[in-house]
Amino acid sequence: MATDNKPAVSIKDMIKKDRILNSGHRMCAGCAAPVVIKLMGMALRGPTIVCNNTGCLEVATTIYPYTAWNLPWIHVAFENAAAVASGVIEATKVMHKKGRFDYEHIDVVALGGDGASFDIGFGAISGAMERGHDMVYMCYDNGAYQNTGIQRSGATFPGQETTTSWAGSVIPGKLERKKPLAEIIAAHKIPYVATAEPSNYRDFITKFRKALEVEGPAFVHAFSPCPRGWRSATGESIALSKLAVETGLHPLYEVINGEEWIMSSASKNLKELKPVDEYFKTQGQFKHLFKPEWEDFRKRIQEQVNHDWELLKKKCGVD
Amino acid sequence: MSEKYNEIPMAGNIIEPGNSLKYKTGGWRAERPIHTDETCLWIKNGTCGRCWIYCPDNAVVLTEKNGKYAYAYNYDYCKGCGICANECPTDSIKMEKE
Repeated sequence: MATDNKPAVSIKDMIKKDRILNSGHRMCAGCAAPVVIKLMGMALRGPTIVCNNTGCLEVATTIYPYTAWNLPWIHVAFENAAAVASGVIEATKVMHKKGRFDYEHIDVVALGGDGASFDIGFGAISGAMERGHDMVYMCYDNGAYQNTGIQRSGATFPGQETTTSWAGSVIPGKLERKKPLAEIIAAHKIPYVATAEPSNYRDFITKFRKALEVEGPAFVHAFSPCPRGWRSATGESIALSKLAVETGLHPLYEVINGEEWIMSSASKNLKELKPVDEYFKTQGQFKHLFKPEWEDFRKRIQEQVNHDWELLKKKCGVD
Repeated sequence: MSEKYNEIPMAGNIIEPGNSLKYKTGGWRAERPIHTDETCLWIKNGTCGRCWIYCPDNAVVLTEKNGKYAYAYNYDYCKGCGICANECPTDSIKMEKE
C-alpha cells in the first residue's frame, strides 16, 4: 500500500495510487460497487484491514481460488462485519502491546451491503457504534438483496418491484418506506455520519477521508446502482446514481456528533428537486408505477420525498 | 487453476493477494468500447479521466510519460458495460458489437 498522506482527488494522483481491488473480480458488468471500492481506496491513508459482510461484493470478489483484494481482508458471517471489525481493533491493540505487531494504529473498514446493514447486521452495527470503536462502517446500498435473487430489504424504495414484493393487480411492489439508516446511526451521536454516492467522486473521497480521520466510529452510506436487479442499462449506473441525488431520493449530507447537520454542495446547489418520475422511468423495476391504477401511489411517493427533503433542509439550515 | 491435490496450499488458503488477475473476464463482453484520440480531454491535456474513475473493472489504462498522455483498454478484463461511453463528456468512446 502507498502510504501517501493525502487523499487522491485529481486524476493524475489517482492513477498513481495503488488499487485495492484488482481486475478479474466477478461483479456484474455495470455494477457500481467496484467503483465505490475504488474511490474508497483513493481515500485510504495507510495500512488498512477490510472486514466484509456477506453480499454481492464479498461473494463475487473472492470466488475460490481467486481473490481480487490487495488488502488484508476478512469475512466471517452475514451480519457481523461491525463486530468482527471491533475484534480486529482490539486484537491489533493487544498484539502491538505484546510487540508482535509493528503498526501502532491501523485503519479498520467494515463493508456491508444494504441487506447486511439495514436488516440482518443492524444490531452488530448499532453495538459497534455504541462501544465507540475507531472504525469506518461503509454500507453500499443497491436497494435489495441482489446477490441472492433480488429480495426486498429495508433499503428498498416504495414501489420497487422485487422477487418478494411483486407488482401485480393487488400491490404496486413494496409498500413500506425506506429505512433512514444514516439518520438512525446519526442518532447514536457518533462523531461522523455521511451519505455519499460515486458520481460525485471528489465529495465521496473527501467524506471517506474525514470518516477515517475522526476519532471514534464513523458511518458512510454509499449509493450503488445495480443494473441486474434494477433492470436498467449497464452503462447508466453512474448516471442513475447522480439522478438519485437530483430527485432527492438519496440526498447528500454529513452529520457531525449527531447534532451538526451539513448538506453537501451537490444537494445544496439544487434549485429544486427533479420529479421522481424521471428516476422511475429509467428502470424496469418501476415500470408498473406508470399504469393508471398506481397514479395515486406514485403521487404519494413524490409527496413523501418532498416532505423528507424539506425536513432535511430545515435540519441542515438551508433554505 | 490446475494444481494437483498436493500442490494446493495448506487448508486451501489463497496465498497471493489480488490473484484474480489470472481470471480473465473479457469473455463476458458483448460490446467493445472504441476510443478516438482526437476529442479526448486526457490525450489533450491530462484532465477529465472520468472513464478511468468509473470503470468497475480497471480496464481503462491511462499513462503519462514525459508530458505525453496515452490511452488504452485492457480487453482482457473489460466486461463491456458501457459506463465509459456513457460518462464521456466529449463522446470520444463508442460501443461496437463484438
